[in-house]
Amino acid sequence: MEEEKPIIKVVDLVRKFNEFEAVRGISFEVKHGDVFAFLGPNGAGKTTTIKMLTTLLKPTSGKILINGFDPLTQQDEVRKSFGIVFQDQSLDDELTAYENMEFHAVLYNIPAKLRKKRTEELLKFTELWERRNDLIRSFSGGMRRRLEIARGLLHHPKILFLDEPTLGLDPQTRNHIWEYIKNLNQKEKITVFFTTHYIDEAERSAKKVAIIDHGKIITRGTPDQIKEEAKAKSLEDAFIALTGKEIREEELGAGESMRYNQRLRRRRQA
Amino acid sequence: MNAIYILWLRQLKRYFRSKSRIVGSLGQPLLFLLALSFGFGPIFQKAGGGNYLEFLAPGVIAMGILFTALFSGIEIIWDKQFGFLKETLVAPVTRLRIMIGRTLGGATIALIQGIIVLIIAYFIGFRLSSINLFLAFVFMFLVAIIFTALGTTIASLLEDMQGFQLIMNFLVMPIFFFSGALFPLNDLPRSISLISGANPLTYGVDGLRGALTGVSQFSLGTDLSVLILTSAVLLVLGGYLFSKIEI
Repeated sequence: MEEEKPIIKVVDLVRKFNEFEAVRGISFEVKHGDVFAFLGPNGAGKTTTIKMLTTLLKPTSGKILINGFDPLTQQDEVRKSFGIVFQDQSLDDELTAYENMEFHAVLYNIPAKLRKKRTEELLKFTELWERRNDLIRSFSGGMRRRLEIARGLLHHPKILFLDEPTLGLDPQTRNHIWEYIKNLNQKEKITVFFTTHYIDEAERSAKKVAIIDHGKIITRGTPDQIKEEAKAKSLEDAFIALTGKEIREEELGAGESMRYNQRLRRRRQA
Repeated sequence: MNAIYILWLRQLKRYFRSKSRIVGSLGQPLLFLLALSFGFGPIFQKAGGGNYLEFLAPGVIAMGILFTALFSGIEIIWDKQFGFLKETLVAPVTRLRIMIGRTLGGATIALIQGIIVLIIAYFIGFRLSSINLFLAFVFMFLVAIIFTALGTTIASLLEDMQGFQLIMNFLVMPIFFFSGALFPLNDLPRSISLISGANPLTYGVDGLRGALTGVSQFSLGTDLSVLILTSAVLLVLGGYLFSKIEI
């Protein structure tokens, strides 16, 4: 079989927020069609990495290729290559499900005819077609997540980024959402890159796993390989064995890192 | 359909769906029109200023636009906090186009608000003595663009709504009071006329008054040039700061 080019390629990626180094030289590859779990404790650098992969944040140094494109110089090609479901919700509450989809489709420049067809197809796939004309305000957490997944798929992306897609949902809904994701991966051959704190979900769904801690990738491989490496029975045990039992602070966003740096500066002046 | 249009449309839909917002933002202009025109009208007339409502109405129309336009910046902070901004920022659309779409949306809403105040003023007794409605709309729209862009500029720099509201309260009233909306600027002390001269709303009110009543302090050409120049500067500044937003 021919060796396929990786759809995501990251080399020596670094991101600093002034003195604070959130991501400290990570490298990894994700193969076309993989379901890739990116795991790590709070503050390990997961969200910062996803932001760099999705053009929301510029790397301090290092190289990224998404679907063969460089986020720094080919921003629009990169943006068309992926769909994303953010950690916290990003729908417009005052619009209907259909309007949220339409908004997205127009931003991604999908022709009107295709737009209608694809929207209908995806809303039916996520079982939201009956509720298409209701305002998002009336949607439950699970419905919102499903709609965000449907929206992320509208423009036929090659990669779907999911930042903790099942956070705060009950086990039934979580199960349901993973069914959709696996289904998509198989039917549309879409590459899935996700983060989660439910390590059992990663064990069940991911083909490949990378664990990041303190801004560095400490291990990667298939779930079985990682379990073997840590001599653990489950991926969750392996995760704890590899990252320690200590409780972590949340990852710093742009605003927080600014405040963090101000605090550093003040301390230095004192 | 294109990106600017859909961003504009989104804002209009949100506006028309929130009836309380429409009604609520009309309270203040209505109060100003009623209380001031009936309260100060007779004195203004005695002092030889003519019909006060005719003087006041363009100012209060401008006020309605000013308030709505500036506060539309809060939608950016709203979108930042509730996550929707991210959805637009990862789309293959330049930040400048996003900013233009939003500004046009905010400005259109402010313009509608201004037109509603004009209609209310008409029912209270305001009569257009020189009907150049088209020119009036041009002035109203320019005022709307300027202050929507200013709202965007400020909102791009801030993280939370409380901060935005504080700065707005600090800005709105001085801009309004020193614009010649309530009193003529002819015989003011030098310091105050300097402030008024630097206030873009002054030219908006003056131009609007000229277009609606035929009386203005500056030439309409001056008013137009100042407004166009200011809106260009603020659009560039707002666009730049908006493009620097990190989430």
